Amino acid sequence: MQTDYIYPRYEVERRESRCSGCGLCVKECSYGVHYFSKDGRTLLSDDSKCVNCQRCVATCPTHAIKIVKSNCDFRENYNWSGDSIREIMKQAGSGGVLLSSMGNPQPFPVYWDRLLLNASQVTNPPIDPLREPMETRVFLGKKPSEIARDKHGRLICDLPPRLSLELPVLFSAMSYGSISYNAHAALAAAATALGTCYNTGEGGLHENFYRYGANTIVQVASGRFGVHKDYHEAGAAIEIKMGQGAKPGIGGHLPGSKIVGDVSRTRMIPEGSDAISPAPHHDIYSIEDLRQLVFSLKEATEYKKPVIVKIAAVHNIAAIASGIARSGADVIAIDGFRGGTGAAPTRIRDNVGIPVELALAAVDTRLRDEGIRNDVSLVVGGSIRNSTDVVKAIALGADACYIATAALIAMGCHMCRNCQSGKCNWGIATQNPDLVRRLDPEEGARRLVNLLTAWKHEIMEIMGGMGINSIEALRGNRLMLRGIGLTEKELNVLGVAHAGE
Amino acid sequence: MIVLNARATDNAALNEKVRATREDCEIVGCIGERFIGAGLSDKTISIKGIPGNALGAYLNGAKIFVDGNAQDAVGDTMNEGEIVVRGNAGDAPGYAMRGGKIYIKGNAGYRAGIHMKEYRGKSPVIIIGGRCGSFLGEYQAGGLIVVLGLNKDGKRIVGNFPCAGMHGGKVLLRGRADGVVFPDKVTARTATMDELDCAKPYIEEFCRIFGMDAGEILSSPFTLVTPDSSNPYKRMYVEN
Repeated sequence: MQTDYIYPRYEVERRESRCSGCGLCVKECSYGVHYFSKDGRTLLSDDSKCVNCQRCVATCPTHAIKIVKSNCDFRENYNWSGDSIREIMKQAGSGGVLLSSMGNPQPFPVYWDRLLLNASQVTNPPIDPLREPMETRVFLGKKPSEIARDKHGRLICDLPPRLSLELPVLFSAMSYGSISYNAHAALAAAATALGTCYNTGEGGLHENFYRYGANTIVQVASGRFGVHKDYHEAGAAIEIKMGQGAKPGIGGHLPGSKIVGDVSRTRMIPEGSDAISPAPHHDIYSIEDLRQLVFSLKEATEYKKPVIVKIAAVHNIAAIASGIARSGADVIAIDGFRGGTGAAPTRIRDNVGIPVELALAAVDTRLRDEGIRNDVSLVVGGSIRNSTDVVKAIALGADACYIATAALIAMGCHMCRNCQSGKCNWGIATQNPDLVRRLDPEEGARRLVNLLTAWKHEIMEIMGGMGINSIEALRGNRLMLRGIGLTEKELNVLGVAHAGE
Repeated sequence: MIVLNARATDNAALNEKVRATREDCEIVGCIGERFIGAGLSDKTISIKGIPGNALGAYLNGAKIFVDGNAQDAVGDTMNEGEIVVRGNAGDAPGYAMRGGKIYIKGNAGYRAGIHMKEYRGKSPVIIIGGRCGSFLGEYQAGGLIVVLGLNKDGKRIVGNFPCAGMHGGKVLLRGRADGVVFPDKVTARTATMDELDCAKPYIEEFCRIFGMDAGEILSSPFTLVTPDSSNPYKRMYVEN
């Protein structure tokens, strides 16, 4: 019906003076935007299929292509934005739940950008990280509250299991299935080279990646896909996924069309069958039940692996985290409402949960007040975009940060936010072998290592400027932060003073 | 076979003893010790008393016999092996189990066989001699669940919402499942003799273990429940 026609969001501009007619764009576009005219002489484009992933722009040998935002839009209306109108049209036409990818794009406040960092002047000296030792290593897990000695006075060093990371950044959970084999290979190799960890997500661990086990966090979620004894033992830590920032309270659903070949083998389910992760773990209705899953995993791995519990940042996060800290978990991972996803209902992604900055501050404060902060480590994710976000998170109270969207961008993602289609032209969020081949795992790993090596240098430089020479001394050091343009209430929750105070 | 007394020990110490020996174990005096046999792939464990939650979680080939009742989450995410319970079991037995067998002589609680799966050579089986609670086989993705309903108290064989979200595997309920309401996306009908054949060896084994008459049990009609689709939510979404 004509009322359903939506003018394309993006238009392809091909500069004829530069275009050599080589047709590479036709080959490169999995969405089928570019095509030759019937006589094979002219390159044409179907703008309606374009998702603005920039693949043709980046690969065109003569740089002849430009994707521009269409200026054909509805009559301006502050209340009824173009997106609001288009979404109603889509739902009226299909009766479907709106499905989106990647993190919340709505203009909510980004508190990282409202926090400023301190530096030393006169009364304490800055440190030069290029010439003086600077410790970026962190240990995740329980910290002992007292020192024990044997009868000869020697220290008893039976510490609880921990993860040792060379820098306070880990790659967060993305399942094999939501992203490609090559993307996983790049993450695994980069984590190993960097001395940090990547995370399997709820998709099992491919047999080829068991060798990266010392740098792998294996995830157990409500669907328990690919979870078995060898899987537990392969990882350096086990993460129980209770929730995800992009879709708190919502389960996962990998459609049967993506359960092919190796993905089916790794998840240990038949090809073509939907992989449904229920919203709840049906054996967890309380902190006591969570404790049971934590300890069943510890028993199954003989108490050798730290257990992480990952939750989405929701309203009552501080009380929930306090419960988790008492459940026996070693690490709490908090995922903020801007965290990415391979697919989530748009309404949930854009409206449920709270910013991770506020959640982190509330949790750290609560755990300190209750005297249990050292019983757990805190890892936060949900849109950590750069090294200063990491430094600010640590100063707010985190032990380390999870990154995923930033890692995907390092591997080539151009944030077109169309992962749910499975047609990712950058070989990341796809299982199509021809597309997966576009991502060279070695090159991907090299770029990930580059990114985090650069961040590490920046983190050292910022810490040095503050006169701090270890992450340990920065953690929870909110005196290093000042708010800018924030209300009294926001400053209270964040536990920081305003700039100038 | 070694005998372990559960009385003077806690969960972790008891499990450590079970892991440490190469022999089969008999655990006596069991009163709620959790996680017994978690992840074990070898040996046979006999339990006198009532083991606690998550008995045989992630079981990987070991055999567990319980001479009494079991509690919640028996055989959670079990991969292979066998769990036999000579009494009742609590909620969620066989959660996400992928292989092996769980035989419960008495009743089971809510969410028995929830999210059970199957994969290649592995296809798990749960047989419940009595009745079970609501949400039997919720999200079931594979394997076989049999409920025999051998109680004589006239109560319904399963609670409410059986097979909700089922997208694989089979459920067999002995009798005509009178009064049971099934969701839209599954089909329930009387099983043919051929369809019953796949369950027959397991029911016979169940009867041998518990000293029941398989012939009599199998002479009753069975209701077979199967999903209409392995992709139940395909049409629910529109890309935005």
